[in-house]
Amino acid sequence: MTDSVTDISAMIIEKLLANPKVPRDIDGNSKIVEDLAFDSLAVMNFVMEIEDEIDVSVPLDKLADIRTINDLAGCLHALKVAQA
Amino acid sequence: MIDIFAKHAGLREAYDALTATSPRNPFEVVIERPVSASVGIIEGRETLLFGTNNYLGLSQSKKAIEAAVETAETMGVGTTGSRIANGTFGLHRKLEARLAEFFRRKHCMVFSTGYQANLGTISALVNKDDILLLDADSHASIYDGAKLSGAQVIRFRHNDPVDLEKRLARLKDHPGAKLIVAEGIYSMTGNVAPLDKFVDIKTRHGAYLMADEAHSFGVMGAHGRGVAEVQGCEDGIDFVVGTFSKSLGTVGGYCVTDHDGVDLMRLCSRPYMFTASLPPEIIAATMAALEDMQDHPELRTKLQDNAARLHAGLQKAGLKTGAHISPVVAVTLETVDQAVAFWNALLENGVYVNLSLPPATPDNRPLLRCSVMAAHSPEEIDRAVTVFGEVARHFGL
Repeated sequence: MTDSVTDISAMIIEKLLANPKVPRDIDGNSKIVEDLAFDSLAVMNFVMEIEDEIDVSVPLDKLADIRTINDLAGCLHALKVAQA
Repeated sequence: MIDIFAKHAGLREAYDALTATSPRNPFEVVIERPVSASVGIIEGRETLLFGTNNYLGLSQSKKAIEAAVETAETMGVGTTGSRIANGTFGLHRKLEARLAEFFRRKHCMVFSTGYQANLGTISALVNKDDILLLDADSHASIYDGAKLSGAQVIRFRHNDPVDLEKRLARLKDHPGAKLIVAEGIYSMTGNVAPLDKFVDIKTRHGAYLMADEAHSFGVMGAHGRGVAEVQGCEDGIDFVVGTFSKSLGTVGGYCVTDHDGVDLMRLCSRPYMFTASLPPEIIAATMAALEDMQDHPELRTKLQDNAARLHAGLQKAGLKTGAHISPVVAVTLETVDQAVAFWNALLENGVYVNLSLPPATPDNRPLLRCSVMAAHSPEEIDRAVTVFGEVARHFGL
């Protein structure tokens, strides 16, 4: 069964909070670049970690449209559904 | 009026912070002139060069210099045109034939730079319906080629065949062509790719494999054909890309392959078509340097010995280097401030290396990238190691 967008979003937040440099008050609406101070390489590397959790690969062009944690969760969910 | 440079505010802040604490701008080092392949004049002082890509020392090849001079005198200094218009001289065709023969391939295309060789090959091979699988630590020219191609790009973990295979398995129902891209030696770390394992994987999954041997051409393998030659997997590599600007000491790039379809690349590879071709004296110097490289296999042996000497020396001095012994030996430091201070101290003590900063480095950590040449003497390498050790002790590392 494919996890819901909410489940994936919660998993992403849990992963992010494992990094002590990430602000503690993030939620699904937090902006990945602005609020988390990730540069483009950090975003790509973080997405790589998440990909393995739910067994999908995210093409780099999809990252251009992602601003918030919920956007990323939505993208991963859509890819997972398409792959199922 | 909107400030067109406003988007660079973050870059400006980082640049100002870096140059404020550094006695010199690390991005504006001037080599006033080379004294030899291994020594240059920087800030008026003779400085040991441990930050070039002149692996075989052939930028100073007498044979290449003479070939360039003679050709400039007889043919002029430029072509003023694209390869598909007035920019193909007999020499361009001759160099392509020589390189095809050297690599034992049917076809060769020569590009005006190594950057354009990656841009032009990748963008001509795949389009939006295809998938590119790139090693996560790929060079900017590979990422830029990917962007120009419009293909879907999936990164796999650096040098990780298991991760690559997992990603290919997820794509099993994708209808497009799949092209895997890896480098022979990675320019920042000196890591060597497991190309033989990638060949097994691409064969099982019906993908193509392109190897960028920019830093390994002339450097690795009994004949200098790169990492694929060392690992005995050349037949499984569909496209080999590389540059003349490292081991051959000139400028330009190439793609060699056995696929006949490559001929049409000359009519659809924009970085090949819409730029001036290499000047004749550069082509002549490149052919002469290629001959020098083939006539002197001992340069490769010397290079490997020198690489091992520098690698072992830096490790013995307690510095953190990569595991691979290759002509690129990178010392990893923890902070940018530390790396900038270390780099300045090395230069002030007569050793030039490359300061490489995130995000151009893996793992977000700065590197002091050293490159070894066949032209370095054992004494020059020992001197560089001594200076590294003294500076490390000075900073309490």
